[in-house]
Amino acid sequence: MDVFFWTYVWPALIMLGQSLLLLVCLLVFIAYILLADRKIWAAVQLRRGPNIVGPFGLFQSFADLLKFVFKEPIIPAGANKAVFLLAPLVSVTLALATWAVIPLNEGWAIADINVGILYIFAISSLEVYGIIMAGWASNSKYPFLGALRSAAQMVSYEVSIGFVIVAVLLCVGSLNLTDIVMSQQDGLGTKLGLPNSFLDWHWLSLFPMFVIFFISGLAETNRPPFDLPEAESELVAGYMVEYGSAPYMMLMLSEYAAILMVCSLTTILFLGGWLPPVDIAILNWVPGVIWFVLKGTMVFFMIAMVKAFVPRYRYDQLMRLGWKVFLPLSLIMLIIVAFVLKLTGWA
Amino acid sequence: MGLQALFFYLFAFIAVASAFMVISSRNPVHSVLFLIVVFFNAAGLFLLTGAEFLAMILLVVYIGAVAVLFLFVVMMLDIDFAELKSGVLQYAPIGMLVGLVVAAELILVIGSSVLSPEAASSITMPIPNPAERTNTAALGDVLYTHYVYFFQIAGMVLLVAMIGAIVLTLRHRQNIKRQDVSRQVARTPETAVEVIKVKPGQGL
Repeated sequence: MDVFFWTYVWPALIMLGQSLLLLVCLLVFIAYILLADRKIWAAVQLRRGPNIVGPFGLFQSFADLLKFVFKEPIIPAGANKAVFLLAPLVSVTLALATWAVIPLNEGWAIADINVGILYIFAISSLEVYGIIMAGWASNSKYPFLGALRSAAQMVSYEVSIGFVIVAVLLCVGSLNLTDIVMSQQDGLGTKLGLPNSFLDWHWLSLFPMFVIFFISGLAETNRPPFDLPEAESELVAGYMVEYGSAPYMMLMLSEYAAILMVCSLTTILFLGGWLPPVDIAILNWVPGVIWFVLKGTMVFFMIAMVKAFVPRYRYDQLMRLGWKVFLPLSLIMLIIVAFVLKLTGWA
Repeated sequence: MGLQALFFYLFAFIAVASAFMVISSRNPVHSVLFLIVVFFNAAGLFLLTGAEFLAMILLVVYIGAVAVLFLFVVMMLDIDFAELKSGVLQYAPIGMLVGLVVAAELILVIGSSVLSPEAASSITMPIPNPAERTNTAALGDVLYTHYVYFFQIAGMVLLVAMIGAIVLTLRHRQNIKRQDVSRQVARTPETAVEVIKVKPGQGL
């Protein structure tokens, strides 16, 4: 019995504790990221944004949460009840499941698996199901149109995201997320004779890929300017039209969890994860997780600014960008990267 | 070992049960959703055997792309079920035959490895020790180093098939408005704007 406890139950308990801790931190972070999104948007438009609940509106997201939870969930009469309720659950579960492999610091991943990047890619390619199921089960035309749009959009941009990831993997030689970060300790900057710094990270050596990844990430998470599945001027709110109260909150939560996922993936693939920007003692004393969060927040700031600046794309323009611009571009870049690595022997 | 067996039976049971639901559920969208559950559990089974790369590729390719297209088609089409279901008994013998053939093949493959375990070591590309070489790298060795030409030919065949499908279905329709971005960008004020001096009282 004692052996059983120490080999099975105790590790399971530890993993449960870690997961709960990560989940709570993540949800609180999402609450403030949501607020930041609205505040940044407001600031660009010279508004104040939410400023009533708590000092500077800091508790706005929690007020929203309470409101969503205490409202009555309404299921439309024509809806397919089981799938209608399953859709938000599927989305939120998948969006949170990807976080299991994200290393916030060296050795700070709940599951440091060999194929970490593939796992993230796989799970985020499943996130489209939440949207399709929600749109179909609502049995109403706007949600259905939104679901069809998003299915086509997410499948299209996944292709170029895949090629970008492959290019990074060529430079790293491993699918493990920790290895990807550690390989950025030295790179282009050290090749030029500079000390270890932010110039070594992949964003510089793979700059076109970085741009493609960022824009495709916007499209993959249905963020503006690619938020066509929920384009309010044409589809009311897209696949979320028929949802209210807690199920709506779950869809919203999964959307923001996916956005944060893209931010942290950008951080890991291109911005050196938890590595400090310059390899000097003072910056090395700062815990890696702080660098990670800072970089992730910076990427999110860029995403929020894009929302405020850029007008929404038309649907055919979105498809053109995905298939006719990003796909050839990322494919050519991939070939160039492979050739350079092979000829110079840097890989 | 006990835990692994537990997970195996869990995944296997859910996979078989949902496979049954795929063919028995009345709504085609539910069928596809159950099919996704089957794929997901198959990925779980792959993970249990240590084939982590195959598991993830199963998720990416089959659930992330193929099943999405299935779902897309099934949702868009208005299928009449009464008609679909009416032919079930008629096709049952063919289905049974196919099932029997697949089952026999599976029994032969698995039976051979049970009867002669040394056969696994005599194959041309023996499976490397997972502790030394991750199975992603091992698959890469086989596909991209030892059999790279066959792999390239397979890719070519797929490419030709894809181009064929596009050629067969692409129609260039006349008289529809299309956006040509390069032409829009290439426009200059000289070609786009014509300045005309209009005399008063005359018009154009």
